Amino acid sequence: MPAEELNTQQSPLKNFLRSTVPLASGILLAIILLGMDEGAFPGFMSLTGFYSKVLKDIGIAIILAVSLNIVNGYTGQFSLGHAGFMAIGAYTSVLVTFYGSFAIWGEPNIREPFAEDGFILLTQFGPGDLLFLGALLAGGLTAAIMGYIVGLPSLRLRGDYLAIVTLGFGEIVRVIFQNTNQVIRKSEEFEQASFFDILQALGGPYFSGAPFYTNLFWIYLFVAITIIVAYRLKYSSSGRAFLSIRDDEIAAESMGVNTAKYKVRAFVISAFFAGIAGGLFAHLIGVTLNPKELAFIKSVEIVIFVVLGGMGSITGSVVAATGLTILPELLRDLAQYRMIIYALLLIIVMIFRPQGIFGLNEISDVYRWIKRKMFSSKSGNAKPPDSSPPDGDKEVSS
Amino acid sequence: MTQFIENLINGLSLGSYYALIALGYTMVYGILKFINFAHANIFMLGAWFSWMIATQFGWTDADSISPIISIPVVMIGSMLLCGILGVVIEKLAYSPLRNADRLNILITAIGVSLLLENASQLDKLFGTQPERMPVLFNNSTVLEILGAQLLMVDLIGITLAIFLMLILNFLIFHTKLGSAMRAVSFSHQNASLMGISPNYIIALTFFIGSTLAAAAGFLYSTKYVALNAPGTEGWVLLGIKAFVAAVVGGIGNIKGAVVGGVLIGVLEIFGASYLSSQYRDLYVFVVLIVVLLVKPTGIFGKPEREKV
Repeated sequence: MPAEELNTQQSPLKNFLRSTVPLASGILLAIILLGMDEGAFPGFMSLTGFYSKVLKDIGIAIILAVSLNIVNGYTGQFSLGHAGFMAIGAYTSVLVTFYGSFAIWGEPNIREPFAEDGFILLTQFGPGDLLFLGALLAGGLTAAIMGYIVGLPSLRLRGDYLAIVTLGFGEIVRVIFQNTNQVIRKSEEFEQASFFDILQALGGPYFSGAPFYTNLFWIYLFVAITIIVAYRLKYSSSGRAFLSIRDDEIAAESMGVNTAKYKVRAFVISAFFAGIAGGLFAHLIGVTLNPKELAFIKSVEIVIFVVLGGMGSITGSVVAATGLTILPELLRDLAQYRMIIYALLLIIVMIFRPQGIFGLNEISDVYRWIKRKMFSSKSGNAKPPDSSPPDGDKEVSS
Repeated sequence: MTQFIENLINGLSLGSYYALIALGYTMVYGILKFINFAHANIFMLGAWFSWMIATQFGWTDADSISPIISIPVVMIGSMLLCGILGVVIEKLAYSPLRNADRLNILITAIGVSLLLENASQLDKLFGTQPERMPVLFNNSTVLEILGAQLLMVDLIGITLAIFLMLILNFLIFHTKLGSAMRAVSFSHQNASLMGISPNYIIALTFFIGSTLAAAAGFLYSTKYVALNAPGTEGWVLLGIKAFVAAVVGGIGNIKGAVVGGVLIGVLEIFGASYLSSQYRDLYVFVVLIVVLLVKPTGIFGKPEREKV
């Protein structure tokens, strides 16, 4: 057959669009959200303080859920220590922004923008925000390194034991951060303090003074990045390796999948994004960064997002994270019962639909399922034996 | 030296509570091969039920009622309540998942744990305020060893714990029922071929485990009288530490649970006393991680072979 007929290659244009459009649209959405928050658009497109806060919480929850999904969902390694990575990212980033800005500009919080008016990107951001970006990445990186360390024991431990080790890890991190010294505020002290002193001065029970750098732009920028990375990962060879480990580790190993490498890789990637989420979280609540909020209970909440949404489904994690972040706001009066409802939901889902709402499916799979159901009369139904003409070389399928 | 003896006494006391709780974890793991996260909450409820029974009867101190009556009534009452609760949980939440993935059961156990924690915080039940457990006996010094005081509360605690463990040991290793339990822990199918009902044995195991946890809760409340509100951090940590004790001793192994419990209790107290008390919770987790990395099956555990 002539080679020109086999057009199996997609056009370069399509490839280019596929690689840039998702990220570009994510960035655009982030900018629009920021604009809505800062009143850049008229009347109906503005966000009040309440909606703004909820959107911020949702964004951070999505990053946490999607990142945990990589370890728990794709790879089937049950990690109960996600809040530990979040805490590491939070405190590392605060270290960089607070003390970093001390070192560079001589005072802890620089929030002057590049320009006073004009293009929104210039009025909302200043040099401090560049430091913030660096801080976030530093937080993510540190968390990723810890993810490597935590991922190593996962090679030897199955299910329940790994859950306990990760739980222990999360608690160790929390206890360590809870017992740090007071934050250094005076510049004289800062000049004299050594690097180790600074490392230890993370505020103890409260780190008061983390600058409020987080806004909708940063959050949703990273939401977009996390979702894109998770999606690309799932449909890549790494993703297939992850899923094979989840299905049957021994079979995967015997098929040549280096389970050790992929298990650790899952932990590292997941920890990186948890660290970023932690950094965003720390600069959102600023004054009251408190290790107790990043404890086992937080890990469990994130696990609930992933389990409810469907372990292995990005759409599921997004939907569950969004829903379960909005729910407490809607049920304000029933605040007492919130955790009870979560707990009951968890038990009921595990008994009646253990794969969660979406299972392993994404929204595209759901769309296809709906299409199939709507047009089921055209295919899939058994035809009576001799209604179709005999056809010699076609395979009979029923 | 005085401090050493004091720490030893406190460590043994705390350790005996951990041992009783760890026995519950280990028995359930031995039979069903899964970790009942909710067990720690049964311990917490054991303490709170003890408080509830004592206050309902109006017993506020050693003078209002003789300890010979009050202690057994409170303890056995709380044990019965928790035992029944344990069986109910098993029937409702765990038995539908008898044949499911281990991960699913683990998640369900976490769900049950959360449910118990938060439900007991409701105003209708125990609320969110800490309460003080009435001291039902005269907490005098029983004897003095090298300057350290052995208090009544420690003596009662350790003695009762040993007593319960001896009963359990007798039950499991010297009775027909115990043989049945051990048979079910080897294989449900084969045990049922021999005429043993696994459902009955499983329910019984949960009952016994829960009663032991409740006893631990009662004893804990006699020593650490200020009971934090249910579901607060203190209880969660205690439960996790008892679980660590079960794992360290070798989960699934009765001897291991006892040894692990005492070991963890002693280590925690000694660590808090001689190292830094700030990092008290840390020592237990570090021990856990070291044990899991060096000998994952625990001190007395048998390596499980995974069949392909």
